[in-house]
Amino acid sequence: MPTDTIDKISIIISKGSLEGVYPGLIMANGARAEGIEVNLFFTFFGLDVIHKARHDHIKLATVGNPGLHFATMLGGLPGISSVMTHYMTHKMEALDIPSIPEFVEMIADTGAGLYACKASVDLFGLEKNDFIPQVHDIITVGEFYEKAAGGQIIFT
Amino acid sequence: MQTKTYAGTEVSLDDQGFFADPSQWREEMAPEIGRQEGIPDLTDRHWQVIKFMRHEYDEKGTGPTVRILGKISGVPIKELYELFPKGPAKLAAKIAGIPKPRGCI
Repeated sequence: MPTDTIDKISIIISKGSLEGVYPGLIMANGARAEGIEVNLFFTFFGLDVIHKARHDHIKLATVGNPGLHFATMLGGLPGISSVMTHYMTHKMEALDIPSIPEFVEMIADTGAGLYACKASVDLFGLEKNDFIPQVHDIITVGEFYEKAAGGQIIFT
Repeated sequence: MQTKTYAGTEVSLDDQGFFADPSQWREEMAPEIGRQEGIPDLTDRHWQVIKFMRHEYDEKGTGPTVRILGKISGVPIKELYELFPKGPAKLAAKIAGIPKPRGCI
């Protein structure tokens, strides 16, 4: 048996693109599956992940994304981001990876804590009502560190 | 690899305590494995999950992920984590005597 274990992690999700969001969600869900305590902290464009009107419309970044291996000019054409997102979503569905709204709901059901960053909420003029009901609270960075105390922090 | 005695029978386990040979598992071993993993009593709901794990393993050769458990076993994800706080798929697999599921979701 390994003697070193991770008992608690806090994952910050700061991006609002498909490829910027999934890794943090997969790590959060996977940590809960291992019995690790998890807090998720959504900041800046990451707030879209818990935004009622936006969480179903998160798109793959097709501009400035060399990983896609096609010309930047092409990535900027109207509709390309939607088409690529659609394509990616289908591939994920085939692998049984849930959509972002379903995934977030599932992670909340595992007992992970979901929090929104107060500075970003103020910046974008949002309020608690704009978020899905699974969001526990809007918290300051100081409160985030209090919640993260004793565990590891991952920034995505 | 290690050996351990459950319900009076010696079985082979991997380094993390999962059954190396699922055919060595018997239902009467489950309560003892459960206690060792911090679950004092296996309820009917625990058994529903354990039996589903065995069934999936027999059908597919691998244990289900938490998502599949939540969708198909009849026990929702919230309750799965209440029944098996240290990770439903992992703990239930251990108690059900099957290898650790390797899915990422």
